Amino acid sequence: MKVLVAVKRVVDYNVKVRVKADNSGVDLANVKMSMNPFCEIAVEEAVRLKEKGVATEIVVVSIGPTTAQEQLRTALALGADRAILVESAEDLTSLAVAKLLKAVVDKEQPQLVILGKQAIDSDNNQTGQMLAALTGYGQGTFASKVEVAGDKVAVTREVDGGAQTVSLSLPAIVTTDLRLNEPRYASLPNIMKAKKKPLEVLTPDALGVSTASTNKTLKVEAPAARSAGIKVKSVAELVEKLKNEAKVI
Amino acid sequence: MTILVIAEHDGKTLAPATLNTVAAAAKIGGDINVLVAGQGIGAVAEAAAKIAGVAKVLVADNAAYAHQLPENVAPLVAELGKGYSHVLAAATSNGKNILPRVAAQLDVDQISEIISVVSADTFTRPIYAGNAIATVQSTAPVKVITVRATGFDPVAAEGGSAAVEAVAAVHDAGTSSFVGEELAKSDRPELTAAKIVVSGGRGMQNGDNFKHLYALADKLGAAVGASRAAVDAGFVPNDMQVGQTGKIVAPQLYIAVGISGAIQHLAGMKDSKVIVAINKDEEAPIFQVADYGLVADLFEAVPELEKLV
Repeated sequence: MKVLVAVKRVVDYNVKVRVKADNSGVDLANVKMSMNPFCEIAVEEAVRLKEKGVATEIVVVSIGPTTAQEQLRTALALGADRAILVESAEDLTSLAVAKLLKAVVDKEQPQLVILGKQAIDSDNNQTGQMLAALTGYGQGTFASKVEVAGDKVAVTREVDGGAQTVSLSLPAIVTTDLRLNEPRYASLPNIMKAKKKPLEVLTPDALGVSTASTNKTLKVEAPAARSAGIKVKSVAELVEKLKNEAKVI
Repeated sequence: MTILVIAEHDGKTLAPATLNTVAAAAKIGGDINVLVAGQGIGAVAEAAAKIAGVAKVLVADNAAYAHQLPENVAPLVAELGKGYSHVLAAATSNGKNILPRVAAQLDVDQISEIISVVSADTFTRPIYAGNAIATVQSTAPVKVITVRATGFDPVAAEGGSAAVEAVAAVHDAGTSSFVGEELAKSDRPELTAAKIVVSGGRGMQNGDNFKHLYALADKLGAAVGASRAAVDAGFVPNDMQVGQTGKIVAPQLYIAVGISGAIQHLAGMKDSKVIVAINKDEEAPIFQVADYGLVADLFEAVPELEKLV
C-alpha cells in the first residue's frame, strides 16, 4: 500500500518569534526553520508502517518555498522513498494547501494519507480535515494509534474526554497527535542516501489548482504581556495573598 | 445576518463551551440558531432551547450522527450552513474535527480559535502558540469559525425559549464507524470549565505523586491538569494536558506545580486571572508569568498548602 505524508516547513519550535515592527507578520529573517513537529510524527508513523510490511512505498509531499526541499530531504533521510514539492512562495491558507494535496492524491492514489494535526506557526488545525472533505475519505484526526487491517484502518484519537477509536475504510486521512510515536533521528548514511532519492518539483498552476483565499490577515501584533508578580517566602504567605489580595480562594 | 452555532454535547448533556460559542455569536450580532446533531438528543435540544439569546434550535436526530462522526455531520452542517452568514463551533476536539471539513465543503477558508470579535467579518486569533495575535478578515459568503471558549464569557444557560425544529436530512457517508471510547471518569470539575486548576509537571516525578495535587484540588474544588512533559512521561492521561495542543484554560486561579513553563504550556494557561507557580528552580520561566511564585520543594509545599487552604 502506498502512503502519502504531507510535511510543512515552519519556524523551529525552540524559536521564540517576534512580531515585526510594522505589524505585517512575524520576523522570519535568519530564524531557524525545521519540519513541523507533528509532521515528523507523521513521517515516523509511515516509516513504521513500512517496517511492518504494511506500507510498500512512502511518498512525502510539501507545499511551500524552494527551501522546503530541506524538510523533504529530512523526510527522505528518515525513510520516505521519494518526494514532491509543490512550490509556492505565497503564504497559502489551509484550504489552498488541501486543494493542492487533493491534486497530489489524485495523481498518486495513496491508500493512506498522514498529516500532522496542526502546524505550529498558523496553529490552524484544518488541512487534514479539509483534505478529507475534498477527497470524500474518512478522517482519523489527532491519532494516538493507527492500525491497518485489510481494507480498514482503526484510528484511536485523543479527544477532550479521553480516547475514541474509529474504523475508517481505506483510502483514509490520518492526522497525528503527540503521542502517536517518538520520531527517530536520521543517521548520517541515510542523510547521504537521501540526497540521491527522487524529488519532483511541481507548481500550483501545473496542478490546475487555484489558491485564492477568503481570509486576509490585516495585522499581527504581540500579545498583551503578562508581567511577573512577586515571590512569596512561604506557603502561609501564599495563602494569605490568595485570600486577601487576589481574593481567589 | 443569521448565525448557526453547532452545539457541543456528549449525547446527554449540553457542554458549557456551547454557551461561550453563543456569546461569540451574540458579539457578531444577528439571529442565533443552534444545531444539535446526534442520536437520542432530546434533552440536549431542550437545554439548547433555554440558552439566552437563541432564536431557534435545529435538531438532527439520527443514528448516522451518533458519536459525531465528521464524515456524516459535516455534510449536514455544510448543507444547513449555506443559508447562514456564519457557522460557529467551539474549538473543542469535536469542533476542530468537524468544522474544517464543513469549510472545505463550502469552499471557504476557516478562521480557527478566535479570541475576540472585531466586527462581523473581522476576528482576532492567536498564532505561533500565542506569541502573536493575528487580526483576520473573512470575505467568505459563509464565515466558518471555531471559538476559543476562554475568549468569551458564557451567556446564561437559562432564560431563553427558542423554537425547536426537526431537521430531516440524513447524511451517511458509510466511510467511517465508531468502535469505542475510553473516557476519563472524574468527580472533579471539567478542566476547561473549572474556576481553579491545579497542574503538575515533570517535577511530580511520577503518576503516583499526583495524589498530592488531587488532595489539594479536592480541598479547593479544583480541576487537575498537567504539562505536556508529565503526559509524555506517562504520569497522567492525555485528556489532562494543558497547552498549545492540549486544553486551553483560563480559570480564576491556576496553580502550576513542578512545571518549568515551556512556551507551549504557557500558551494554554497564560490568560488565567491569577497564576501561582511552585517550583524549586528559581530560574524556571514559569515565574515570569506567575503573580505569586514560591521557590520550594513541591513535596513539602503542596501538602502544607492543602492544610492551610
